[in-house]
Amino acid sequence: MKIAKRVPDAIIVVLLLGLSFVTLYPFWNSLVISFNVGADTALGGITFWPRVFTLENYQVVFKDERLIQAFVISIFRTVVGTFLSILFTSMFAYGLTKKNLIGRKLFMIMCIVTMFFSGGLIPSFILIRSLHLIDTFWVLVVPGIIVVWNLIIFRTFFQELPDGLEESAKIDGCNYIRTFFSIIVPISGPVIATLSLFTAVGLWNDWFTASIYINNPHLMPIQTLLNQIINSNAMSEQLSSAGGEASEFVRQLKGVSTKSLVMATMMVTTLPIIMVYPFLQRFFVKGVLIGSMKE
Amino acid sequence: MHTELLAAKKTKKRSPSKKGILQAYIGQWDLQLMVIPGVLLVVLFSYVPMWGVLMSFQNYNLFTGFLDSQWVGMKHFDMFVHSSDFYRVMRNTLSISLLKLMFGFPAPIVLALLLNELKGFRFKRFVQTVSYLPHFMSWVIVSSFVISMLSVDNGSFNIFLMKLGIIHEPVNWLSTSQYFWGILVSSSVWKDVGFGAIVYLAAIAGIDPHLYEASAMDGAGRLRQIVSITIPSITPIIIIFLILNIGGILNAGFDDILNLTNNGANTLLRPVSDVIDTYVYRVGILGQRYSYATAVGLFKSAISVVLLVLANLLARRMGRSSLW
Repeated sequence: MKIAKRVPDAIIVVLLLGLSFVTLYPFWNSLVISFNVGADTALGGITFWPRVFTLENYQVVFKDERLIQAFVISIFRTVVGTFLSILFTSMFAYGLTKKNLIGRKLFMIMCIVTMFFSGGLIPSFILIRSLHLIDTFWVLVVPGIIVVWNLIIFRTFFQELPDGLEESAKIDGCNYIRTFFSIIVPISGPVIATLSLFTAVGLWNDWFTASIYINNPHLMPIQTLLNQIINSNAMSEQLSSAGGEASEFVRQLKGVSTKSLVMATMMVTTLPIIMVYPFLQRFFVKGVLIGSMKE
Repeated sequence: MHTELLAAKKTKKRSPSKKGILQAYIGQWDLQLMVIPGVLLVVLFSYVPMWGVLMSFQNYNLFTGFLDSQWVGMKHFDMFVHSSDFYRVMRNTLSISLLKLMFGFPAPIVLALLLNELKGFRFKRFVQTVSYLPHFMSWVIVSSFVISMLSVDNGSFNIFLMKLGIIHEPVNWLSTSQYFWGILVSSSVWKDVGFGAIVYLAAIAGIDPHLYEASAMDGAGRLRQIVSITIPSITPIIIIFLILNIGGILNAGFDDILNLTNNGANTLLRPVSDVIDTYVYRVGILGQRYSYATAVGLFKSAISVVLLVLANLLARRMGRSSLW
């Protein structure tokens, strides 16, 4: 009887262990390959442990000027973009909580509509082109400043703050801007931290914007560069399956990076996300909940 | 309702003259200053492109600009619907999307139910932490995992299958078009199943524990409790997510497909990987047929909006939750 009751539990545990394994294995395998000598990786068969351990791949990554530059661009973009986005989105949201704001309803509807309709890829592309933003750093930052989802979460948060908080500032004759920065912002730490993290992860991970708006290799963020490297690698593999001799030729011709090197680049690219992940995890359950409650 | 209307009328009558509004506006300059940047950014980057969809009714010329381009009516829509690409693009979009819905939609619910049955807090925590992680990886990273796992000469997947004796020589998974949908759907389930489960877990946590106690006294087993209490309790939220999914049925994927097909350059996979969004990207951005691509995009958004409204109507008719 007792055993019969335990069986379902055991099945569930096994299933979830399987899921965890399937989820973690690609990360682990890539990490292992990144610590393996490139020429040896090409022989295949690397699964749980490096066969010929080396730090060489990481040395190459950290010496490659193109990669370093891409990391710098990504970091810069993430920091500047997150700061501007949180600043302007939160100010906008605060303004929208004030009932006397002229145009409040119109602004709100305008924002909500963008969640359901958009002009689409091509009109945005034409717009960015005619604004002469192509091949500028700002195209990576400015179009994404207002995030409507964050706007709604900020607004909900500000609305729930007790009205009395702002009284003293009003009595002292502070205007709305002073009140916002000296009273509201200091007590909004958690929500600002949460949304900053989410915005930062989104900016760090975005590869597509740069892939269509940036041609200048000095402005290429790391994810976009990685996308290009992986593509050229995948291309060579496809060609290699067509014929062994051609592949070596193609590889030399394109100067394609070895798999181990790509994996090392990838690991360095995911490192910032892994580093903030514990904080993310603490916050995001709450964040998602606020979002879904609004629905 | 009636009194509200009257009140509204009254306030309208008493509403300040134009000069009054201007004065009030100047009086709240500090408040307006806070929202103006946001409003301008939304207008510029969301509404200008919305107005820009009009170019799908033109032969848009990059050099003469929007105002001087020739108007051609529905020509581009007509061209798309009658083009040889139409059938392929629509078939891929709907198939991939339905497959994703079929597997990607129930998966988080099942995971949430399984997690909820776990007794050990630590293990539950561990599984959650692990399963949420891929959601925060970009598709560039995830696709390179996929490419690496499935690689014909190094891939772990081939190694495992060969060790298990299921296949005898490595299969070139990503170069065989019949596997592509399966790969695409599994990798998107892999990426988002954990994160998707959060909402359902929260909904399950909100169920009144008395219900379980009462049913246990009536002799209900665990399966019975899941079927008769847990699932019905989270049905409203399931329906809301289903509505959202139906509205997005033409979003078969973009980042994932591009990253798994060399940004669409993989011609071998194109017959199975070309969906509306990647098609718009390819003919629009790469092929520079701006008006035509915009028309295809507008065709898609129009259908999506109609679907969303219909799904919402249906949900309301059923007396359940609705989006608005």
